Amino acid sequence: MNHENQRFYLYPVWIRIWHMVNALLCLILIITGLSIQFSNPGTMVKFSAAVSVHNIAGIILSISYALFFLGNLFTPNGAYYVIPVKGFITRLKKQFIYYTIGIFKKEDAPFPVNEESKFNPLQQVTYVVLMYGFVPVIVLTGWGLLYPEITVNSFVGFSGLDLTDLLHIFAGFTISIIMCVHVYFCTIGKSPVSNFISMINGYHESH
Amino acid sequence: MVYKANIRPAWVVLIMLLLFTLAFTLVKTSDTPSSKTIQAEQEKPDKIDLSRFKNAAENEVCLKCHGQSKYTYENPESKKTVTKRMFAELVMNRDVFYVSNHREFKCTDCHSEDYSTFPHAGNLRMEAKANCIDCHGGDEKYAKFKFEQIESEFQASVHSEKHSEDFTCWMCHNAHTYKINARTNENLKETILYDNLICLNCHGDVKNYQLLTNKIKPNILQKHEWLPNQASHFTNVRCIECHARNEDTLVVAHHVVAKNQAVRKCEACHSKNSILYASLYKYQVSLKIQKEGFIKGLLMGETTTIGPDKSNRLNIISLVIFSLTILVIMIHAILRIKNK
Ligand code: HEM
Repeated sequence: MNHENQRFYLYPVWIRIWHMVNALLCLILIITGLSIQFSNPGTMVKFSAAVSVHNIAGIILSISYALFFLGNLFTPNGAYYVIPVKGFITRLKKQFIYYTIGIFKKEDAPFPVNEESKFNPLQQVTYVVLMYGFVPVIVLTGWGLLYPEITVNSFVGFSGLDLTDLLHIFAGFTISIIMCVHVYFCTIGKSPVSNFISMINGYHESH
Repeated sequence: MVYKANIRPAWVVLIMLLLFTLAFTLVKTSDTPSSKTIQAEQEKPDKIDLSRFKNAAENEVCLKCHGQSKYTYENPESKKTVTKRMFAELVMNRDVFYVSNHREFKCTDCHSEDYSTFPHAGNLRMEAKANCIDCHGGDEKYAKFKFEQIESEFQASVHSEKHSEDFTCWMCHNAHTYKINARTNENLKETILYDNLICLNCHGDVKNYQLLTNKIKPNILQKHEWLPNQASHFTNVRCIECHARNEDTLVVAHHVVAKNQAVRKCEACHSKNSILYASLYKYQVSLKIQKEGFIKGLLMGETTTIGPDKSNRLNIISLVIFSLTILVIMIHAILRIKNK
């Protein structure tokens, strides 16, 4: 417990605003997306309303993602997303063992949070895969579905539009799963709510 | 030496995006058929082997004049050879007739024998044209096509209602060129184009439209402006999907309804109970997706409309993955609380 009661200012204002907007949009997109996917006349959200809201939320998400992208390209926050290659697998394993065994034995976290490293190795891959993999895929395929005339007609025998649709749904499903895990992991902090408070006031409470 | 990667993933994505855009534009430009291939297709007209048809020789007596856009005869008064233009409606293209469903017929099966003299007698043009039901009605051999039901649906349609006897089967189906399509064609796009061109023959051409009315022809593009991605809809579904009442028992609905009764709700098609499965996709669905192979069958399942998912396998897999995730989270949470 060498970091007891230490506070680090890790979440700059723009990250907090982005994250708030992003989380809200993702929730809206998941709800409307599901109701489009499983639409049946007379159930859930009205289809045309769901489509309109989904489209608008998707467009705002694209803008908000672009800001996240640029922000992490040029501000110091982007450095936290750089994965050091050497020994990464070993560190990933260490973190995994901590989450599956160590945490129940009240061991200390193997990679304590500080100004140099905001994310533990597992968090890092998750965020990188999410923000530089699935989110861009869902944004791009979303635009491809919004303007089907720009989508390739066929790709190795499949309909280009069907493939785009499938990719969009796959990415959406994966993001939803990751979001559930993400929110749960955020309860692992000094107290179950301290990480959520961090995302409001910007300060991380070490434990 | 400690290797320290310091490339932000955003840069990697940016580079990949650039490459992707490049590849995309390349694929996109090779997507559109070049003028060369279009030309190649036009240069090979399929010559029909007339000897395969037992009535061909007899039909040639008529087609000598009606087989192309001009005909020649000797004027008995002046003894001169005269060449005249054949009215477009009276031209029977051999290439089209001999691949049509009625290709085995001889002209005089339906037309009067009296046509064998030239000039044709004036009263012959009053000859009644046979409609589909006149030959196909009550025939066991054609029972599966349900001509009687088609006839009664057609009689109830706006076309019959508005124009009574003037609007016949011939308006959409020319017995000389008719070729079965929706029931047998595996190429959905071809069926869609074929069927939509039937409607556009009048609704897209004021000359034909005003044969039966003096009204101004509505502009189809303007009337359908409310439809998102208009071009996609026009090439991926048929007019009758929304403009005809679908009875499910017919492959092609014939009960065309008034414009205020047309389907306007997105979810009529974009839903699990999509009306498209009862009509447009009927033949495809019956072909069995299994034929397509495992991967394509699993992935592309029955998802043909963008949006609603008809594939149950994928739904079940997703639900299992989601439930497992929640289960693991719950176990983890309970263990954490217990160990507090
Ligand atoms: C209700 C939904 C959500 C809640 C409650 C939530 C909560 C949090 C919290 C408490 C943190 C700070 C802890 C940490 O650094 O790990 C965080 C960080 C983060 N979250 Fe979320 N989140 C939500 C949805 C999302 C979604 C949908 C995404 C992405 C698609 C996302 C991406 C991120 C990223 C990238 C970070 C790290 C930001 C940085 O510091 O650079 N979150 N989230």
